Amino acid sequence: MKIVVCIKQVPDTTEIKINPTTGTLIRDGVPSIINPDDKAGLELALTLKDKFNAHITVITMGPTQADAVLREAFAMGVDRAIHLTDRKFAGADTLATSHALAGALRKLEFDLLVTGRQAIDGDTAQVGPQIAEHLDLPQVSYLEHLEYDGKKTFTIKRATEDGYEMLEVDGPCVVTVLSGAYKPRYMNVRGIVEAYNREVEMWGFEQIEVDEKKLGLKGSPTRVHKAFSRGVKAAGELYEVDTNEAVGIIMSKLKEKFII
Amino acid sequence: MDFSLTKQQQLFLQMIREFAEKEVKPLAAEIDEQERFPMETVEKMAKIGIMGIPVPTQYGGAGGSNLMYSIAVEELSAACATTGVVVSAHTSLCVAPILEHGTEEQKQKYLPKLASGEWIGAFGLTEPNAGTDASAQQTTAVPDGDNYIINGSKIFITNAEYAHVYIVFAMTDKSQGVKGITAFIIEKGTPGFTFGKKEKKLGIRGSATSELIFENCVIPKENLLGKVGGGFGIAMKTLDGGRVGIAAQALGIAQGAMNETVKYIKERKQFGKPLSAFQNTQFQLADLQTRVVAARLLVRQAAYKKDQGVSYSADAAMAKLYASETAMEVTSKAIQFHGGYGYTREYPVERMLRDAKITEIYEGTSEVQRMVISAALLK
Repeated sequence: MKIVVCIKQVPDTTEIKINPTTGTLIRDGVPSIINPDDKAGLELALTLKDKFNAHITVITMGPTQADAVLREAFAMGVDRAIHLTDRKFAGADTLATSHALAGALRKLEFDLLVTGRQAIDGDTAQVGPQIAEHLDLPQVSYLEHLEYDGKKTFTIKRATEDGYEMLEVDGPCVVTVLSGAYKPRYMNVRGIVEAYNREVEMWGFEQIEVDEKKLGLKGSPTRVHKAFSRGVKAAGELYEVDTNEAVGIIMSKLKEKFII
Repeated sequence: MDFSLTKQQQLFLQMIREFAEKEVKPLAAEIDEQERFPMETVEKMAKIGIMGIPVPTQYGGAGGSNLMYSIAVEELSAACATTGVVVSAHTSLCVAPILEHGTEEQKQKYLPKLASGEWIGAFGLTEPNAGTDASAQQTTAVPDGDNYIINGSKIFITNAEYAHVYIVFAMTDKSQGVKGITAFIIEKGTPGFTFGKKEKKLGIRGSATSELIFENCVIPKENLLGKVGGGFGIAMKTLDGGRVGIAAQALGIAQGAMNETVKYIKERKQFGKPLSAFQNTQFQLADLQTRVVAARLLVRQAAYKKDQGVSYSADAAMAKLYASETAMEVTSKAIQFHGGYGYTREYPVERMLRDAKITEIYEGTSEVQRMVISAALLK
């Protein structure tokens, strides 16, 4: 069994700084982590490795420093890591990112492709589904749980707004995972010791065979209209009361402020 | 010269800090209150390789460094000093002497189980009448064919009955003084080896501390560690390494108390402003932080030198002396900053003060560290 997991390095803070002129994130000096949904996806893959001896490839697209998340993935137990990086990929929105990733994924064999539902820095939840479309593969988004029959078929519990759906799907397929679905394991000490001695494969534009016009800023139809930092709000008032009392408090506050 | 951690060490710090925060800290008050050995934490640590950090991979370890190990003990101890000393006693006092002085057979037999955490290690040197004067050993080992017969007792033994393997020192030739001391590897369950009373302690109350009793305990000769008469040297070398662990534990306690204090003084308001806004608070805090950072440099230097294979005995002594006295000062002041709240068990700083005291005593008192440091200076 072969699994590919797409992961993204994201800033680990609510104090995201934004470049006022370009409207893009300033990543320097902000601690970076593996995106939480992606990390749950990584854990899903690792549980399948524990059970079915699956081979796991992890892939990320990003600047040089995104190497850190691949090392962390090595330390958690993945077998192969690919870092997709090229100046031609820079400035990509979700569409251009998914084209680049899909280009790389066409070069890889897999039974299951795992992505996180969405990244905490963009919150679009688009890249996973877009990849599935580019590769013409079945996709199950919002995965809560997955069972594998050891041959071909996955039974997947999928979260919807008003409940769950149970689906059966044959591989190869794409799933997008929710962060609460799988609690990521800790990095293993031996894995950490070896993480920086292992090879991360560097793939650029040359390796993926995708039309240059679909990549990077050129391939990105998204335009940022405006980016701004939310103003600081005063701390709210916290009440720990039962529902009836809570309704009463809310009503009186709304009246107090002449909202109703 | 570079004072920063490597990327590998940073990755390790990220993991161990998260582990300590999520798995160790929530249990710290409970195991202290109940005087309960944190077996569930040991199992979690074993699973991810914390029980075998500096053990080469050929013996089932993680193949990491002593510096990584010192970071682990520091971070665990910042959350819970009991958990820190379980790992420190296991690694420095049992795993390390087998690794450094064991035969290939002994390493093959013991290290994989110890490094994987399936077995826990312990160390027995101190006796009722042989504390700082470790040469006054009264436990005896008498040759008997292919065996030694061991009689005597060891006190204040960390990991106590939870351990499976013990490095125990005994007199094989009293006439030779310290040159008559020999080290043995003794397994739990060996006939004649039992446990005495469990100590009730001021701090590190989750850590098990008991007496080991040997009554005509038969140990095969292949369990002799190092050479006959070489035990005192093994004990002293082992304690050099152990002091790096205890220094890291003390440093962790100090850092843990700093973390709690910084959080508290920003929140606690008196006279209309947070405590952190008072210059008296700021100045005291600055002095404490300076001590903590200086202690960390000493601890990491000692661990680094051990990794480099150069003499680090005095460095380890300085690290332990300074870090343990820093831990006492920081935890005591942390309670003062917390006022009456700090004296209650609602806040963790009183536990930290109780935990800190032992770091000035075990694996060589502060006085012994001063002896080691000046001996190196005056030789």
